[in-house]
Amino acid sequence: MSSALRDRTGEVLLPGDEFSFDTDDTISLTGPVKPEKVVCGPGLRRSGDRLLVCKSGVLRHKPPNMFWMDSQQRRYVPAKGETIIGIVTVKSGDVFKVDFGGSEQASLSYLAFEGATKRNRPNVQVGDLVFSQFLLANQDMEPELVCVDSSGRANGMGVFGGGGLLFTVSLGLVRRLLTPHSEILSDLKQLFPCELVMGMNGRLWVKSCSLQQTLVISNLLQSCDTMTAQQRRELFRRVAQGAL
Amino acid sequence: MKETLLSNCERDFLLQAIAEKKRLDGRQTYDYRKMKITFGTDYGCCFVDLGKTRVMAQVSCELVAPKESRPNEGIMFFNIELSPMASPTFEQGRQSELSVKLNRQLERCLRNSKCIDTESLCVVSGEKVWKIRVDVHVLNHDGNLMDVASIAAITALCHFRRPDVSIQGDEVTVYSPEERDPIPLSIYHMPISVSFSFFQQGTYLLVDPCEREERVMDGLLMIAMNKHREICSIQSSGGIMLLKEQVMRCSKIASVKVSEITELLIKALENDKKARKEGGRCGFAESMPQERITALKFEETSVEMTDVAERASDVVQGAEAPPLMVPSPVVPVPGVGQVGLGLQNTWGLEEEDDDEEEEAEECANRGEEGEEKVTKMEVERHKKDASREEDVVVLSDSEEEEVVVLHPETSAKTPNTAGPRSHQNGAATSKKRKKK
Repeated sequence: MSSALRDRTGEVLLPGDEFSFDTDDTISLTGPVKPEKVVCGPGLRRSGDRLLVCKSGVLRHKPPNMFWMDSQQRRYVPAKGETIIGIVTVKSGDVFKVDFGGSEQASLSYLAFEGATKRNRPNVQVGDLVFSQFLLANQDMEPELVCVDSSGRANGMGVFGGGGLLFTVSLGLVRRLLTPHSEILSDLKQLFPCELVMGMNGRLWVKSCSLQQTLVISNLLQSCDTMTAQQRRELFRRVAQGAL
Repeated sequence: MKETLLSNCERDFLLQAIAEKKRLDGRQTYDYRKMKITFGTDYGCCFVDLGKTRVMAQVSCELVAPKESRPNEGIMFFNIELSPMASPTFEQGRQSELSVKLNRQLERCLRNSKCIDTESLCVVSGEKVWKIRVDVHVLNHDGNLMDVASIAAITALCHFRRPDVSIQGDEVTVYSPEERDPIPLSIYHMPISVSFSFFQQGTYLLVDPCEREERVMDGLLMIAMNKHREICSIQSSGGIMLLKEQVMRCSKIASVKVSEITELLIKALENDKKARKEGGRCGFAESMPQERITALKFEETSVEMTDVAERASDVVQGAEAPPLMVPSPVVPVPGVGQVGLGLQNTWGLEEEDDDEEEEAEECANRGEEGEEKVTKMEVERHKKDASREEDVVVLSDSEEEEVVVLHPETSAKTPNTAGPRSHQNGAATSKKRKKK
C-alpha cells in the first residue's frame, strides 16, 4: 500500500478516495519480508484494512513512511501540544478562560506560568494575549492550556503583546511559516526587522519599528495566503523597492 | 455566540494608528473601499460588495388590499436579515439590537423620504394595490452594514420590474412577463447613506469604517442623502457630542461621496440593461471572475476514458444474474410468508438448516448478491445504452424511495402483479446502496 500512496503523493485527493491492499501485491517467499508500516497523519484515516481520505487536499509524504493530507482551512480544531495565541476573556478565581477561536473557550490555570505560586500570582488581565500550548485537547472535554513546558520553564510562552498588531490568516499559511526553512520568512527577514509570534490557530502577531511597517507586514502576510511563490516574490520585491 | 473580545493589544494599536492618521488597509480618511455592484438573473436582485462586506437585496411584489388610512397608495415593506453566515456573532431568529437599528434606519431612509411614488402602485383604489417587499440579506459582515444595505436596497428597487396591469371597467388583468414587458417602478430620487465613525472624543472622523474600526469607535453618524444634495435622514448614535461645524463638514463630504456612488450605481444599471438587451449572459454566475487562484492550485489529473464502454460491458456480463424473484408467497412454515428476492431467507425457519454457520453463509450470500446487483446498477447508470436486463433503474440521485422505477415488462423474473412488492424491493436495494 505504501507504494500506491507514494505514487499518488502530490495529487489532489477528495474525501472518499481509498487505498487498500491490492490482491496482486506479491510478497516474495524467498527474501526477508519486513511488515511495512505506514503512519497516517491528519486527513487520513484507517478503517479496517483500508486507508480512507477524509479531507480534500494534496497528499504529502515525508520519508520514510509518513503520509498526510495538506488542506486549506481557517477554523482551528485544538490538538495537544500545539502552541497558540489566545485572548483572556474571563478571570475567575484560580482559572482564566481563554478564547482561541475554537468552538469553546479553553481554561488556563494561574499556576501554569513560570515561577507562579499561590502567593506570587502572574500579572494577567482580561484582554491580554497569551502564547501557550495545549495540555489537553479532546473533542469531548474542555481544552486546557499551559504556559510552561514539562520542565517548568516558560520557553517563550506567557503574556505578551504591547504595541503590536494581531490578525488572522489561514491555518495553512501558519504551517508554512513554521516549517524549518520557510521561504516566506526568509523573504520577510530581508524586508524589515520585526518581531513575529505565530499561533497555530491562525493568529499572527507582528511588531516592527514603526506603525507603518507593522501595517505593511500584516497586509503582506494576509495577502500571501492566496499567492503563488512567484507572485509573492514579486510583491516583496516591489515593497522593498518602495521602502528604500 | 458572544462577540470575541477585542484584545487590549489590538485596541491600543488601532487607536494609536488612528492617532497617526493611518488606517489598517492603507486607505485615506475619506476613502471608501472598493465597491462592486452585480445583478442576478431576476429583475430586482442585486449584490453589493464593499471591500469584504457583502450584501444581497431582492425585491418582490404582490397584490394586496391597501391600508384603510391610505386607500390609494401602495405598500412598501423593508426587511434586513442578519444571517449567521455573515458573522459568528449573529444568531438566527433572534432580533438583536443591531438588526433592529438597521431595520429602523433603512425604513426611515427609504420610506420617509418618499423616494418611490406609492400612488403609482395603486391598481384599484381601496381594493387592490401593489405591495413591494425589499429583503436585504447580509452575507458577510466586515463593517459599515448600513451603507451597503441602503445601496443594495435602492439599486434593487431601480432594477426591479413589476408586472403590467390593465383595467377595463371592472376587470383587472395582470399580465405575466411573457405576455407584456414588465414595467419599472417610478423612483423620484435615490437616497444613499454615508457613515462616519468618530474617534478621540469626536475630533477625528473616518468614512466607511471596517469591522475592527467599528469596534473601537466612540460614535457613529449616519447621513442619508441623494445626489440633489437633499438630506433624507440623519442619525447619530453612540452618545458623542458633535459640534455644528463637524456636522456641516460631514454633510459636505457625504454629498461628494453620494454623487460618486450614484454615478457608479447608474453605470451598473445601464451595463446590465445593455447586456440584457443584447441577449448577452447576465446574472450572478457571469460576474464571478474565472481563472483566479483562490487556493493552492494543482494541474489537472488526466482520467483514462478511452475504453470505458468495453470495460463496463465486461463488468456487466461478468456479474452474476440477479437472484430469482418469487411471484407468489411461499409459505415455508405456517404463519410465515416469503415474497420477493430469491428463495433463501435469513429467518432460520427451515428445519434442515438449523446450523448457524449455514445461516451466516446464506446471509453472506444474499448480501453479496445484493452488492453485486448494486454494483451492476451503478455501472448501468454510466453506460449510455442501458440494456434492459436490469429491472431497477434509478432516475435521479434523490434520496426518496419513490424515484425507483421498475420495468415490469422487461424480464420474466419480475411479475406484473408485484407492483407494490417490487417497489418495496427496489426500496430495499436503494436503501442498501445508501448504506454503502
